[in-house]
Amino acid sequence: MSKRILIVDDEPNIVISLEFLLQREGYVVAVAGDGEEALVKLQELRPDLVLLDVMLPVKNGFAVCQEIRAHPELSAVKVLMLTAKGRDTEVQKGLALGADAYMTKPFATSELVAKVRELLGE
Amino acid sequence: MRAAPRFALALAAVAATLLATMIATVAVLRADPGGEDLWLLLILLTLLVLAVPVLPLKWIFRRYVDLPLRLAEEAGLLLTAHRALRLRERGGPWDRFVAVLNALADQRDALERDVEAQIRAAKASLEEEKNRLAALMSELAQSVVVCNLDGRILLYNNRARQEFKPLASDNGGSGALLGLGRSVFSVFERNRIVHALEELQRQVQKEASQPLANFVTATHSGRLIRVHMAPVMSADEQGRPHISGYVLLLDNITRTVENETRRDLVLQQLTEGSRAALANIRAAVETLQNYQDMEGAARERFLTVIADEVSALGGRINQTLEQHADSLKSRWPLEEMAGTDLIAAAQRRIEARLSLATRVDELDAQLWLHVDSYSLIQAISYLAARLKESFDIRLLRFRLLPAGRLAHLDLIWSGAALSSEALASWESEAMQLYGEDTPLSLHDVIDRHGGEIWFQRDSATQQAYFRLLLPAAAPVELVARAAIAHGSRPEYYDFDLFKRASQDHAQDERLLTELSYTAFDTETTGLDPSAGDEIIQIGAVRLVNGRLLRHESFDQLIDPGRPLRQESVAIHGISAEMLAGAPSIERVLPRFLQFCEDTVLVAHNAAFDMRFLALKEAASGVRFAQPVLDTLLLSAVIHPHHEAHRLEAIAERLDVDLLGRHTALGDAIVTGEVFLKLIPLLNAMGIFTLKQALAAAQETFYARLRY
Repeated sequence: MSKRILIVDDEPNIVISLEFLLQREGYVVAVAGDGEEALVKLQELRPDLVLLDVMLPVKNGFAVCQEIRAHPELSAVKVLMLTAKGRDTEVQKGLALGADAYMTKPFATSELVAKVRELLGE
Repeated sequence: MRAAPRFALALAAVAATLLATMIATVAVLRADPGGEDLWLLLILLTLLVLAVPVLPLKWIFRRYVDLPLRLAEEAGLLLTAHRALRLRERGGPWDRFVAVLNALADQRDALERDVEAQIRAAKASLEEEKNRLAALMSELAQSVVVCNLDGRILLYNNRARQEFKPLASDNGGSGALLGLGRSVFSVFERNRIVHALEELQRQVQKEASQPLANFVTATHSGRLIRVHMAPVMSADEQGRPHISGYVLLLDNITRTVENETRRDLVLQQLTEGSRAALANIRAAVETLQNYQDMEGAARERFLTVIADEVSALGGRINQTLEQHADSLKSRWPLEEMAGTDLIAAAQRRIEARLSLATRVDELDAQLWLHVDSYSLIQAISYLAARLKESFDIRLLRFRLLPAGRLAHLDLIWSGAALSSEALASWESEAMQLYGEDTPLSLHDVIDRHGGEIWFQRDSATQQAYFRLLLPAAAPVELVARAAIAHGSRPEYYDFDLFKRASQDHAQDERLLTELSYTAFDTETTGLDPSAGDEIIQIGAVRLVNGRLLRHESFDQLIDPGRPLRQESVAIHGISAEMLAGAPSIERVLPRFLQFCEDTVLVAHNAAFDMRFLALKEAASGVRFAQPVLDTLLLSAVIHPHHEAHRLEAIAERLDVDLLGRHTALGDAIVTGEVFLKLIPLLNAMGIFTLKQALAAAQETFYARLRY
């Protein structure tokens, strides 16, 4: 059965690419536009991996990540954070809050796919 | 003198012995009944015996008793009252003694003269050092304030004074926050300073080599100040070092911080703001590349993403550049300079070097520029030289006008126009100047300013001109140099305040010589406050440690809210136009009270001014509860028999200059000078403390007349 990925980003222009890319790679893809929606869809869909942007409306990526890690039933979900801010302080914060990996925008799509595979143990 | 009776006693004893001998002889002779002749002989002999010792004894008395006594008396004078006296030689054995005494006196005088000369020299050199220090301080570009442990200001320099002037928006008020003897806590938060002082104390205890505390603080008026604080060390009686005060070095970093914040924002917008857009583009491009089999509609969506993102990114960069042109300019160090000064300097140079006449057509005197004045004046001279060579112009005219965040500096001439090729070559060549060639080109100089230059022609007036676009700057308030020239000694410091006791004991018992005063005067619309007359001007000046501090003055016009009387205008010379826009008394009095803080008020005929102030208590919420000394009454204390106690008459009597009278500040200064001269005269009458002075003033005839 193909693995499920939830893309959480409020910018349609990146979602377009990510969605297309990951579908072509054979994943089942869902999209959420803000932090709250992300948490709802996480419970609903129980994805294997979340692509999580930091700057999100309603609830930011750090808060979402923290909540994911606070729920034991979501403990298996891999979190790959994406951010436009390349500060190392932020990278550290994300990893400390439970993200499995961190990528800074702009990234190479091939690297992203490779990272996703790696996290999913493929 | 004790020796005299003793000598008389001895004399009497001698006489008695002689007498006894004679009586014994007579008794023997009597036993022999010789004859009458022998008796006569005996009597004569007796007289002789009695007379012979008296004559030499008198001589002996004068020589050995009286003379030394007189010498001793004279020598006593020489010790005290008549120190220039020398003892006279009178012959005899005492002369050697007299010579030694005189030599000792000479030696003493010489020593005294020597010591005095040394003291004078030491004082002079100390004074010179102090003045040198003061001169150095006043030229320093950094603000310096020195305080004692109570936070009283002992020294501040020009720069600090300028920095802490009340804000310009405060309607031209001149009540300075910094002042000798004032508390530094009126500028800085007390706890911040106390905290830093504790830090210094810790460092001193640990015997740090250079105790120093740094902090950034906001002043009460919202300015950001970076403070370096260093201790002033003294030794106590046992020679142990301790902190007796501190030096504050101050940097106003408000503008720097603002600039940096702006630059950070630009950087952030250009980097982080672009990342997301680039990510979108990159992902779309790579997807397109990697999945060439994509169907037409999907491909179209990706291309739209790229087009949108690229155009948005370009727009954002343009916008950022526009908004932050200032922050992104090249960092060539530019100085702030008044446009007037720049043009005057260029004119001088062109007239002197090129013998070319110049004129200023139009100039905004308020305009300040951000320039590298040296290279810019070179560039202007270079242009003038090229114009003179090429077109033989006789007159070069200047125009300087503001244009938003920029300024237009125009060099105007009449006659021939310039081709754009010519300007282009003038711009790019290294500038050839009379006697000082430079590798810089005009283009470099303009570039350095982030400016532009072009040639323009006004066909209507037949005028041709170069226009230089230069960055404008916020005006910098200049320190009044005249203030330094006034008197030989700058008034920014008073180290004697170090020794001043803290002011916690009752003011009443304090010496007149050690109190701080505010001498003030008011101009009014008329003489009767209860009939609606109002204050229209307050002038005041501070007296600290026996000195009148002209720099620390208060000079404020006040809108009386009623028309001026014509006859009063003749006295104070203040017209209705001058009062237009001046603040009301309710706004001025709180500031004046702040200016008077911790001082005794001094005014001439103080009752008059105080009545005006008292009537405003309710409206302004400000009460002047300080003690008040009246120079009129004090003058009457000192010269009770003089009729004239007008300020002019007293000033003349005490030899005080009457310059600038009949402005409130001018009169306040005269009052202050008069008061300073009255203090020693009061002391001579046994009036030393504030309490005594207040009581004496109260008792004068004039006071009784008045109250």
